[in-house]
This record gives sequence, structure tokens and C-alpha cells, in this order.
Amino acid sequence: MIARADPSFRPAAAALEALAAERILVMDSAMGTMIQAAGPTEEDFRGDAFARHDRALQGNNDLLNLTRPDIVRGIHDANLAAGADILKANTFNANAISQADYGLAYHAAEIARAGTRIARDAADAAMAADPARRVFVAGVLGPTNRTASISPDVNDPGYRNVTFDELVAIYRENADAVVAGGADLVLVETVFDTLNAKAALFAVEDSFEALGFRLPVIVSGTITDRSGRTLSGQTVEAFWTSVQHIRPFAIGLNCALGAEQLAPFIADLSSVAAARVSVHPNAGLPNAFGGYDETPEQTAAFLGAWARDGLVNVVGGCCGTTPEHIAAIRAAVEGVAPRRVPDAPASLSLSGLEPFHLAA
Amino acid sequence: MTEMTSSTPESVSGLAPAMNAAQRFVMVGERTNVTGSAKFRKLIVAGDFETALDIAREQVENGARIIDVNMDEAMLDSEAAMVRFLNLIAAEPDICRVPVMIDSSKWSVIEAGLKCVQGKAIVNSISLKEGEAPFLEQARRIRRYGAAMVVMAFDETGQAETVERKADICARAYRLLTGQAGVPPQDIIFDANIFAVATGIEEHDSYGIAFIEATRRIKAALPGSHVSGGLSNLSFSFRGNEPVRRAMHSVFLYHAIPAGLDMAIVNAGQLDVYDEIDPVLRERVEDVVLNRRPDATDRLLDIAEDYRGGAVQRARDDSWRAASVEDRLSHALVHGIADHAEEDAEEARLKLGKPLAVIEGPLMDGMSIVGDLFGAGKMFLPQVVKSARVMKKAVAWLEPFMEAEKSRRTAAAGRIVTATVKGDVHDIGKNIVGVVLRCNGYEVIDLGVMAPAELILDTAEEQGADLIGLSGLITPSLEEMCRVGAAMDRRGMTLPLLIGGATTSRMHTAVKIEPSYSGPVVHVADASRAVGVAGALLSQERKAGFVDETRAAYAALRESHAGGRRDGVQTDLASARANGLRLDWSGYTPPRPAQAGPVVLGNVAIADLAPRIDWTPFFRTWELAGAYPRILDDPAVGEAARALHADALAMLEKMAAEGWTCPKGVAAFWPAACTGDDIELYRREDRREVRDTLRMLRQQTARSNRPNHCLADFVAPKESGVPDWVGGFCVTAGQGIEEAAADFERQHDDYNAIMVKALGDRLAEAFAEWLHEKVRKDFWGYAADEDLSNADLIAERYRGIRPAPGYPACPEHTEKRRLFALLDAERHTGVSLTESCAMLPASAVSGWYFSHPEARYFGVGRIGRDQVEDYAARKGWTVEEAERWLAPNLGYETVRQAA
Repeated sequence: MIARADPSFRPAAAALEALAAERILVMDSAMGTMIQAAGPTEEDFRGDAFARHDRALQGNNDLLNLTRPDIVRGIHDANLAAGADILKANTFNANAISQADYGLAYHAAEIARAGTRIARDAADAAMAADPARRVFVAGVLGPTNRTASISPDVNDPGYRNVTFDELVAIYRENADAVVAGGADLVLVETVFDTLNAKAALFAVEDSFEALGFRLPVIVSGTITDRSGRTLSGQTVEAFWTSVQHIRPFAIGLNCALGAEQLAPFIADLSSVAAARVSVHPNAGLPNAFGGYDETPEQTAAFLGAWARDGLVNVVGGCCGTTPEHIAAIRAAVEGVAPRRVPDAPASLSLSGLEPFHLAA
Repeated sequence: MTEMTSSTPESVSGLAPAMNAAQRFVMVGERTNVTGSAKFRKLIVAGDFETALDIAREQVENGARIIDVNMDEAMLDSEAAMVRFLNLIAAEPDICRVPVMIDSSKWSVIEAGLKCVQGKAIVNSISLKEGEAPFLEQARRIRRYGAAMVVMAFDETGQAETVERKADICARAYRLLTGQAGVPPQDIIFDANIFAVATGIEEHDSYGIAFIEATRRIKAALPGSHVSGGLSNLSFSFRGNEPVRRAMHSVFLYHAIPAGLDMAIVNAGQLDVYDEIDPVLRERVEDVVLNRRPDATDRLLDIAEDYRGGAVQRARDDSWRAASVEDRLSHALVHGIADHAEEDAEEARLKLGKPLAVIEGPLMDGMSIVGDLFGAGKMFLPQVVKSARVMKKAVAWLEPFMEAEKSRRTAAAGRIVTATVKGDVHDIGKNIVGVVLRCNGYEVIDLGVMAPAELILDTAEEQGADLIGLSGLITPSLEEMCRVGAAMDRRGMTLPLLIGGATTSRMHTAVKIEPSYSGPVVHVADASRAVGVAGALLSQERKAGFVDETRAAYAALRESHAGGRRDGVQTDLASARANGLRLDWSGYTPPRPAQAGPVVLGNVAIADLAPRIDWTPFFRTWELAGAYPRILDDPAVGEAARALHADALAMLEKMAAEGWTCPKGVAAFWPAACTGDDIELYRREDRREVRDTLRMLRQQTARSNRPNHCLADFVAPKESGVPDWVGGFCVTAGQGIEEAAADFERQHDDYNAIMVKALGDRLAEAFAEWLHEKVRKDFWGYAADEDLSNADLIAERYRGIRPAPGYPACPEHTEKRRLFALLDAERHTGVSLTESCAMLPASAVSGWYFSHPEARYFGVGRIGRDQVEDYAARKGWTVEEAERWLAPNLGYETVRQAA
């Protein structure tokens, strides 16, 4: 943290930009479903540090950063072996709101820092083993389990169980922690309520301002069904308009749907976004048992086709994807030129649930 | 990119034949604007948000592509209304599909609104009114919230009226925004000010054409930007004559849109189709809007009545505004209404000729009514402080006019220098006294907090002060006050010295301070007595009598004190120790903390703390006596208490919503064992290496059937081998409290300045309570299933205590330095210690945690020389040093240091 506050410190942004100009970048596989597959027990989650904690901790995947870092490291190493360029740190729920469910709100920053550090160490080891390779660590800011623009109370649509300011506060802690843990970029992902994401971006800007430098930011929304809208009701273009002020390194979509269902919305996004486009779909839709059946070849076929159509700049996997999927995706986009990023239009763009444009 | 053309509202499409640009002209609906729609205002003021939503829905259905939401209405909590309405809109997909324009003249309302919209909104508006720095700061914030912005053609010198000024200000704003705030040009929308025309004032005649011409220039010179305007101003002088107003608006748009006007805030119902306007009316309106002939206004007025519909103007409801300016000032002072203070002061200045005449006339007259009502117990302190706010605002307005006159000083009833003494940071009481004295015509020179004796006395001498007032809250300040008294003697000063503050007392003033100074010394128990005391001391007739009486009373107090000393039997230290509390450690296992800590709480929500506030001391701060909540129904002070409480709750809400301050805290637990009256803290649980040793004090009053308590007795003795722990904590309401108070002071608003500090103190205490519960339930975790009401909590019906160094159970303040070092409190919370061990910021609480079920609060009380010598040896101090820090607890007379 202290060393990074040195204004002369230059993060990996330039190297990331350079590599993105050269080829399509490959992001790693899912973390959550990979951890589930490793089958950690309640004792694994608790470790020594939380042996006496008063609540069950099983399922708090981010806590493994502290109690079973070896499991997390193993998943990163497998993705590195599969050819991933960007590792998503295991910090999706390492924020005070999500951790409060486990009574661990005050450990959120520690968990986020440790999770980013594990990915950092894995990336550094891979680069040391192959000095020609560049691997980047994305500190992940998840959506939390609350929504700033949707009331949880059907009888009071004006009610909110979380405010923008509360979100900014927890995301600020989250952002500071992933930067301190060694993140090269910040990934605000699985955005189902854009107001939550705006709070995260607000906090990220605050954090950058305090640090004295900026990291690249990827913002990735979630389309919850075939209507093509986020849970909070925005179209893909309205979502992009709402977050474009961060000047993201990439704007993307992930989770909820498989590649097949995402296809039309990736095309929409690609046609309007004046930023790189990233996508990390699930391995298809979940089956009756909540598992994912899409094979690496199937997923890779969709992503490869999008690459050849010039729609994407960053590809990877979300729920149900494995390092095998990543290896197949890497092979499918190999040698395909990345999407050319269009210039921003000179019109005034606004949004509600839908976009609005006014030419100058 | 999709070019939106389809949904242009019908009423404007009639304009289209004359212009292509109309196809993309955007009408911003103004019907969800309380200043633009009476119907909407009524619904919102009445709290009927559901019906108000229908108005928004109707607007969107009728083709509004953006809706303007404005809640600037004096009767409303504008922020709350903005938040509520935007949150409700968010649940209505057929409304919130369009972007929102968040419209307010108050930045706080704008920011509250920005926090509610997931889409990209427009802020309406910001300007260079307050200069470049705030302008850029607001623009950067808006950018961070991801919104576009309307920028008014308004700069430090005022609103732009001419084409030149409009174009220049917009160009300057454009350069600043694109160059320094990173705002893309297309996110900038200039509002070039549409002002009223046809007012009868010649300069106003060109306002319409000036806007149109400025629009043309802005669009040509500032690429990418847009131009907007609020249309209803234009026709303001025809209020009540809707047909003429509608014609004016349509004609204006007909000419402004081709010049480049991109959008306007319009009531669609207030527009006519250009071609369908009666040609006679249209021609005369056009003459007015375009300023085509000098008699245009008269010619329009000649025919306007023929078109009038029916609406009649409403009478104003605040009838007191109709009275003479003197009566209005008096009314405002007595009722604490600051809204019109400046305009009324100005009117009175013009009427009476001299600013001083206003101050010495209506303002002082009003304040003397306030003083009388206060004296008669018909007004209470919070109301008086509100009255003072009106006074201050009016005086601040008048002051620049007085520079020339230089005759200011004649009026003051007396001049007093006030200060919180060196080492102390608590100033609420002092500030209240200052306000009350100023209300009564005194000139108060306030030196703030941590004022060294030299500064106080130098200032008093230089300014020829009539009185000095000292304040302090922590016990070391009592010693400092004695030092100030002694220094006054050395300088040969004779002016009266007033003493006040929470730890001061008549007894201490009589016994310790008065002997140190040969001039008059008076203890002032509370603010309401300050005026009486100051008046007596400055009255030629009454002074001598009052000083003699006080001296006699203090002499009697000293005597009874000395007598009391002899009677208050003390036991020697060895016997006191032998009579210590003996807990049975054989059958008891102290709880092991679940987390050793330090547990750092960097961001506790005010909303979590507010329910923990103990309100009774808050009312005491404002000198309203009574326990909460009963005080709210008290026949005498109930009304004042309710108003104060409502203001406090509103401020708490604002504080939380706007993030004025960031409460921070830290807690930690250390393996511990007691050795005699000391408590050893260990580095690790093997309890081998001592990390630090806490020095505690023991009661020495002789007591037959009760133990002589010492905090060390609540910790397992080292020789028992029972593993035990002690905790520590420090919490603060945050730096933002002092900053907010300073802001209010700059705005001459003592009421809110005192309010925010008083709330800061309550929040710090609430935080300490909140954290103690967390410690009991989670961090130490020995009472996981505790379930107590707030009243139970305030009554301390829980297990374990959190005594604070400097307070009765461990009265010696320097142990706080040890606590702070153990916690690394300054790093974690930003709280630091002054040389007297006061915590800075003042809204802070720190202390130790003891978990034993028998642990109780107690007061150490008076101690003997034997314990002071023993304590000095344990601390590595000289006996004199120990006597200085333990002065309030000494049970014997010391030899006064030669000063």
C-alpha cells in the first residue's frame, strides 16, 4: 500500500494497453464453481483463525483467501497453465456488505487484500517462469447482495435497504484493499443494478485520487434474461451510457446467461461502446441440478465466432467454466485481430432505462 | 447512433414548418417541478407522492424526453423529497425509461438526487457564481456521479444580461470544464438566462433577443456544447394572463430554436402553435420578444387584457411580512427566522440612513425583547441562539457599510475576552455563553480553544477588555485556570475573571482559583447566568456590592471545605489495599476475547449510531433541564425541547445522508494480570513478556462495610495463574464535526454550529455504547446472547464496564497516553491528545474494558499523600508532578508552587 502510493510508481496499464492492441486478451475461468468443485469443508473455511467464530462459514468462498489460500492459488495456477492473460482475484464477495452475512464485515478488507495477493503471487510466479509473458491481476468488485435502486419491500417501492453512500464506503474499502493487494486493474462485474456499479466506480475514483494514479477499469454488466435488460431494467446501451464516465478500459457482459443467449446483446454492446468490449459468459444455462454442461469446445466456438466477427477485445469464463474452457477459448481466438474501438460520438448521451441522444 | 426524432411533442411540432432544428429540439417537462407546477407542489407538500407520480407518468406519455425534477420549496425538506420521488420513479419503468434532470439551486439537493439514479442524468445547475474553485469542484463531483450538467451564465459579479457577458462567461466555463475538470464538451449544457421582458424597465427590453443572440454565439464558439433555458421567466410580467404567456413562449422558441437552442424547460400546456396565434397578438408579442420597437411593451399591454383568461393572484400567507421593517426585524429576532434578515437589514439601512442606526435601533430593540423573554423564562436557550443567528446575519450584512463610519465601538455594553484554556478543546459551553452575551450587547472576543495564558492576557490588555472568561471541560484545565489567575496577578491586572465549564465548580473556584488572583473571580454555573454576572461586574453601582458578596460566599465555602477535609476520614493506603475487593478466582474462568484486535472500525454509519444517542445530556447542553423523553412533554420547556429535538434529528439525517463526517474507532484486548494496584499487559498469551503496565488508583475513604475499590481488583491476580484480559478503545464522531461547525460559523450560524458539536459529542458517546455492545457480543464475545433495550443500555444493565482515564474510576489523565499508544489510536482514528490529555477532535471517547461480572463504576475520590507518593514512584514522577495531575483528587493541602 505504502509503496504503491509513490506517485512515480507506474502500474501495468501501459503493458495491458499494448497487449490489448496486439491481440484479444483471455480472462480466466470461474472462481466460485471451481472452489465448489474442490469441496472445502466447514473446517477448511474456518481454519485456525475463525475456529471459534459463531456462525457457519461454509460457502464464504472469499474467506478461503485467509484460511485455505492453497485452494485459490491452485485455481489461478491451472488458469495460468491454460493460457489466461488476466486473473480475476477471489474477491467477488470480499466487501463489508457481503461479509456481514457471515459476521465478518470487519474482515472484508483483509480478505480482499489477501485474495488479490494470492493472484498477484501466482501471476508473478508465472512471469518469473516465462519472462516473455505478461499476466495481469484484476481486483474484483462484486455487486453485493443489495440493490440501491430496487426496493426489497413490495409495499414500499421508495424504500431502499442500502444507500449510495453506504455502497461507496464499502466499495472504497474494497478498492483500496485490492490495490494494496497488488491488482493491475479493477473489474466491477456482474452488475445487475447500475446504481450499485456507479457507487463502486465513484469509490474507485476516490481511491485512485487518493493513490495519485489510476488503474484500468473493466465494467461488466449482467443481462438476467432474454429481454436483454439488467435486473434494474436498463438496456445494454443505457447501461453503457450510465458508466461511460469512468472511461473504462473495457465494457462487458458476464454471468447469468451462456454465450448462446448473450450473442445478440454482445452485438448490441459492440455496436455502441466507445471502449473495448469484454465478455465472460457462463458455461451455458444451468441444468436441473444447478450444474453447467457446456463443453469447452462449445463455449469456445461461440467466443471464437464473435472474435472473427470483430465484436470482442477480452474473452473469458464465468460460472461453470474451467481452465479447460479457458484453454479452448485461448485457442479459438488465437491469431484473430481484436475489435477496433470506435471514437466516442459527439452527441449528448443520457439514459434512464433506455438511452437518449442529442447531437451537438 | 440512433437519432431520436419520433416522439417530438405535438404542441411543438406545429413550429416545425419554419425550422428543421425543431425536429431535434428537446422539451424538458417542468410539471414535476414544484416551482413550475402548483399542482405538483401541492401534492408534494401534502406528501401525496403517489398522485405526484401520475403527473410524471403523464408527462412521459405526452412525449417528454427528459423530466425535470425540482423540490426547491421552503415548506419542504427538499433533499428528502428529491430522494423519495426519485426512488419512487425508479420503480416505475414507464417513467424512468427517460433520463432525469435533477434541478435545484442547492448543491446538497443535487447531490442527494445524483445518489438515486442509475441512469445518466443532467444536473441543473451549477455556475461560476461562487468562483472557479467551487465550480470546478462541483463539476468534478458531477462527473464522478456520471452526469451531464447545465451551466448557468452566472459568474462572481452576477447573472449575465448582455450578449457579451453571456458569451464570455460560457466560454470561460467551457474552458474550465473541458480543460480542468475533464468534462466532455457534449456533456455541457449552457443556460444563457431567459429573463423577463416587458417589465416597463428599458434595460429589460433586450433580454429576449440577447438570449437568442448569445445562443447563436455559444453554439458557434464552443463546439460540442448545448444550450438550454427556462422558458417561463420570459413572460413573468404577464402572470395571470395565460394566453399572452403562451404566445410569448411559442414566439420565443420559434426564433431561438433556429439560433441553436437545444432544449428548454417548458410546460407543454403553456405553448401554442405559432401559426395559430392570433396575428395581432403574435405581431405585438414578436415586437416585445425581439425588441423591435421602443413602444413594444406598451403596445402589448394595450391589448393584453383582451386575451386574459381568468386566474387571479394569490395573497401571501406570511402576514408578518406586511408590517414595517422595524416590526419585521423584531418579529424575525423573536421567532428566530433568518430567511429575510439580509433584505430587511438592507431596507432598514436605507430607511434609517446609517447601518449603526439599524443595529442600535430595531436590532438591539428586538434583542432586548429576546433578552427579557429569556430572563423571564419564556424563551429558552435554543431559541435565543436562533435569534442570535438572525442578529448575526443582519449585522454581517450591515458591517461592510460601517467600515466608513468607524464609530462602531460606542455601542458595546462591555468587552469580554473568552477562551478555552491551553490543553483543552471543549468549547460548546463557551460558545453558548458568547452567543448569549452578544445578544445582550457585549462585544465578545473569542480566542477559541487551546488558548495559552499569554495570548488571553495579551489580548485582554491590547483590547482593553472589561472581563476575561475561561472555560474548560477536563480536570487538568482546572490547574491551567489557576495558572492564568496567577499570571494575571503578576501582570497587576484587576479586571474580573469569570470561570465556567463542565468540571469547574463554585467550590473549586473558591478554593483554588480565587486565592491565585487578587482581582474578582466568579464562577458562572451556566450560560443564562452569564449576562447577570457580567452586568453586575460592569455596573458602577452594583459592582462593589456584588464583588464583596461573592468574596464572602467563597470564603465561607473555603472554610466549609477545609472543615470537610478534616471530617472526611481517610484511611491509609495499606489499610485501603487490605480492604480491596477480593473476588473468588478459583471458580471463575475469565472469557478469552474472540478477536485480539486491534479491531479497526473505519466507517461506522451515523444511522447505526443515532438510535444509541442518550438525549438527556444533549438537552442539558442547551440548558433545558429534564430527562428524555419526558422533557418533550414538559409544560415549561417541552415546546423548546421538541423544536430542538426536531432540528437535531433533521441535522442527524443530513449528516448521514451527506456524509459530513466519518466516525472511526479502534478496540483491542491484551492478556493481563493485576499486581497490586497495577495491571500488567502482556505481549502474548504465555504472559511472559510485559508489554506495558497500567497504573490504577484506589479509594481511600474510610468505609466499614464496603471495599476500597480499585480497577485492578477486577482483573485476575498474577499469582492466581488465571488467564485474564483487559481491553481498550477509542472512538470519535470524526473530523467532519469540527469542519461542519466551522462552516456554520462562517455563515454566522451559531445555532447550527453549536448543534453540530453537541451532536458530535452525543454521537461519540453513542459510538462508545455501540462498540461496547459489539465488544460484549462479538469481539470479546462473552455476552453473545445479550438482548437489551436502549434504556437498559443507557442504564448500563450489562456485564462489564468501560471506564475512561480522567474520569472518576481512573481519574489520572496521562494513562490515556498509554491507552493511545497501545491502540495506536491516532493512526486508526485520527484522534490525538493535547498536552493536558484532552482528545482532539473533541467528539471522542476512550477507555478501558473490564469483563468481570462484578466490575462496577466507582469514584476514586480523595486520596492521601501516601498514595500520591506511591503513585509517583510507580509512574516514575516526582511527587510534585503527581500532585499536579492528581490535583482534583488530593485529600490534603499542597504547598503552592512558587509561580
